[in-house]
Amino acid sequence: MKNWMQLVLLFTSISATSALLASGGMEEGGRAMPVVSNAKWAAECSSCHMLYHPGLLPERSWRKMMLGLDKHFGENASLDAAMQKEITAFLALNSADKQDNRRAKRINQSIPANSTPLRITETRYFTDKHDEVSANTFKRKSIGSASNCVACHKNAEKGNFSESQIKIPR
Amino acid sequence: MRKSMLIIGLLLSFKTFAATPQELLKQYESQAKQEHSAFAGFSAEKGATFFKTERLHSDGKKVSCATCHTADPRNQGKTRANKVIEPMAPIVNPKRFTDRAKVEKWFGRNCRDVLERACTAQEKGDYVAYMLSIQ
Repeated sequence: MKNWMQLVLLFTSISATSALLASGGMEEGGRAMPVVSNAKWAAECSSCHMLYHPGLLPERSWRKMMLGLDKHFGENASLDAAMQKEITAFLALNSADKQDNRRAKRINQSIPANSTPLRITETRYFTDKHDEVSANTFKRKSIGSASNCVACHKNAEKGNFSESQIKIPR
Repeated sequence: MRKSMLIIGLLLSFKTFAATPQELLKQYESQAKQEHSAFAGFSAEKGATFFKTERLHSDGKKVSCATCHTADPRNQGKTRANKVIEPMAPIVNPKRFTDRAKVEKWFGRNCRDVLERACTAQEKGDYVAYMLSIQ
C-alpha cells in the first residue's frame, strides 16, 4: 500500500515537471530572451543578415564588433558615427553579461574571461548545444550556415531558441 | 504662422534625404565635372558593363555587383548571409535611388567590397543611368 502511494506521488510529480518544462515555466533557459527594440539596430543590423539578439554575446564582443564594421566578417558594413554610437549603446545595455535571462547568462559563462568572440557560433555554449548537428546539415541549401539561426529556430530574431520550436529543414 | 514655418522647415529637411533618381544624377554630374573637366555625360551601357564585370578580389574570389544582385537587376538578389536583396531596377522597385543617404551608404560599402576602393561620381552616375534604362 505504501509502495503504491509512493508510485502515484512519483508519477504525479514527473508529469507535473514535464508539463512545466514543456510550457517553459520551469526551465528559464527554454524561455525567450527579453523583447528588446531599437529601430536603428533593427534596420541596420538586419539588412545583410538575420537580426541577432544582443543577449547572444557579451558587451566586450559587441563593442569590438562595432569598432570593426569596415571589415565585418569580410564585408564593409560601415555606419556613420551617430548611428554607430547609438547601436553600440543599445547592444551593450542588452548584452549577454547584462541580462537576467538564463540562456544569455549561460552563453556568457561559456566564454573565457580572456576571450572576446565575435562569432556566436564559436562560443562553447553554441558548440555544446549543436554538437548533434552535422557540418553537412548546416551546409544544406535551406540553411546556408550555422550563423543562419532562423533556418531552424523560426523565432530566433525575437530571442526565442526554445527546443520545442526547433524544426530542421530538409 | 508658426505652424506653416514648421511645415516648410520639415519639407526642407525632408528634401535633403528624399530625392528623385534624376536629382541624384544631377548631383553626380556636378561631382563628375569636378573630377574630370572632360566629363561627357553618363552612359547606361557603361553602367551595365560596370555592373556585370567581375574582378579578382584580394581575397581570391571573383566578384561583381551581379554576384549578389544577380545579372538581371529586375530580380531579387541575395546577400552572402542569405538575406533577400530587393531588386535594384526602379521599374520593379520604385523606392530605389530616392534616398540619397541610403544610396551613398551602399555605394560606400559595396564599392569597397567589390572594387576595394571608392567609386567615382562617373561610375555611380553610369550605374544609376543603367538602372533607370531597364524596362
